[in-house]
Amino acid sequence: MKIKMEKTTIVFNAIGYVIITILAVLCLLPFLLIVSGSFTPEMEIVAQGFKLIPKQFSLDAYSAAFSSPKQILDGYKVTVLITLIGTMLGLFLTSMAGFVLSRKEFKYKDKLAFFIYFTTLFSGGLIPWYIMMVKYLDLKDSYLALLLPGLLSAWNIILMKNFMKSIPESITESAKIDGAGEFTIYLKLILPLSTPGLATIGLFMALGYWNEWFLANLFITTESKFPLQFLLYKILASAAVLKTNVAGNLSPDFQPPAETLKMAAAVIATGPIIFLYPFVQRFFVKGLTIGAVKG
Amino acid sequence: MKSMFQELNRNKVLFLMIAPALLFFIVFSYVPMVGVYYAFTRFSFDGGLFGSEFIGMKNFEFLFNSGVLWNLTKNTVLYNIAFILISNILQLLCAIFLSELPGKLFKKTTQSVMFLPFFVSFVLVGAFVFNLFNSDNGVINTVLQQLGMQPYDFYVHTAPWKYIIVFFHVWKGLGYGTVIYLAAIMSISDEYHEAAKIDGANIFQRVRHIIMPMLVPTFILLILLSLGGILKGQFDLFYQIIGNNGMLYNSTDIIDTYVYRSLAVNFDIGMGTAAGLYQSFFGFVLIITVNFIIRKVRSDYALF
Repeated sequence: MKIKMEKTTIVFNAIGYVIITILAVLCLLPFLLIVSGSFTPEMEIVAQGFKLIPKQFSLDAYSAAFSSPKQILDGYKVTVLITLIGTMLGLFLTSMAGFVLSRKEFKYKDKLAFFIYFTTLFSGGLIPWYIMMVKYLDLKDSYLALLLPGLLSAWNIILMKNFMKSIPESITESAKIDGAGEFTIYLKLILPLSTPGLATIGLFMALGYWNEWFLANLFITTESKFPLQFLLYKILASAAVLKTNVAGNLSPDFQPPAETLKMAAAVIATGPIIFLYPFVQRFFVKGLTIGAVKG
Repeated sequence: MKSMFQELNRNKVLFLMIAPALLFFIVFSYVPMVGVYYAFTRFSFDGGLFGSEFIGMKNFEFLFNSGVLWNLTKNTVLYNIAFILISNILQLLCAIFLSELPGKLFKKTTQSVMFLPFFVSFVLVGAFVFNLFNSDNGVINTVLQQLGMQPYDFYVHTAPWKYIIVFFHVWKGLGYGTVIYLAAIMSISDEYHEAAKIDGANIFQRVRHIIMPMLVPTFILLILLSLGGILKGQFDLFYQIIGNNGMLYNSTDIIDTYVYRSLAVNFDIGMGTAAGLYQSFFGFVLIITVNFIIRKVRSDYALF
């Protein structure tokens, strides 16, 4: 460590701190605006618009959102269940497929790996897939429509395969000599050794399920089956309609939360992610770094 | 054939273990591929797959002659190029600064903050856009009014949305990409830096002559890989930001949003499938080409 910093280093550090700070602020600013918007009285928004620091503090939007909490609770229920079941089942199927494809003595591993990989290169497109889901699998308005499409992805299987390949072969071989079956080897030996890979893929899957809104938009029609993010989307869109319909009939000194309600809904739907973020981020960075170094 | 059954019998358990995955891809990927046939029909709901009237290339001809296809392709490709270039350059820049700046707490905090957008849903991005740009009470208009300027109605002007879309794309991927580049920088041996320091190189010279050259392969590889997907659009991003605002389509409609609207708004199954097939087919050709190039330059990084 040098005691006196070189001039060029000072310049470099100054530029660096400025750029990084600006980018970090830009990343954080939208979140702050939503949170501050949700705590602003509706009257202030109507009169002056959204801003970073409101003049007055109000919990109206939250008390309105929780005055009939059924919608939100339903949304949470659907999202939590789909995320848990989807991630568990998906991890199980992904790791089994990865295990089989990582076995050297399995003759068809390359052919089957390509069979799976090919789906990332070419697809029939959204519409044939949609017709398949609705007309032939009859999944319109079914929870399965939210669960099934995210269960497996070719990338995750390949990632899992590569991870399991790095586990020394001697482990499986000695187990085989002891007479262990393939499924036992997978369950008792390989799976416990694959926890870092499982954690990374599991986090990606859970995040995907939690943030899911597109499938609900395509398939779900019953409101009580809406997952959280789709509910938020609906609130953002339909509250606007509500506002224009009632605007004329209101007395001037009363404003029910509408704009601020949207912001509160955004906070409620994103809260858990932000709350878990500090714990989860470390895993993500670690998992990503493993993948990146390996190329 | 016989040997296949023998193999199947010998590895029964392994086959059973991968069977659910194979079934999944058959049902959700391979069978729908048959459905590209819709692209050559005038679709009727009663007729279904093979009961609809066959009209040959008519859907493609319409898409091509009406200029729709050209506009969609142009938008999809140009947006992707902007995404790829701006994202990668900013991520690279952040990674270089974060690896060289002193101050552990500062770096940890900013890196966490920059990674945060990656974790939130695109619906929330829609909420941000509403909060910032809506014409009645958006933050931007609040600020404009406080500065004594006229409010700006974003929803009737097409010009700003290009930048808004690019901004939020870059915003969402910044932290993720930075981590990838940081990992590449960390793998550079310290010896280079030590040797350069002894030779009296300042930090700019070290960035220019050590870090940059070492990162160029990663940079080019990531760009090449992204180029393979240049016809694929990010539906979530465009749909949550633009939604069904028809006034903005001319400059913000990509293949994916067009296909979605064909399905969910216009019910034009044949035309939508045709646009989707066009995307899939040329996307496929592109990936094969890109892979061929990577194979020539750095065969160990080739996809297949």
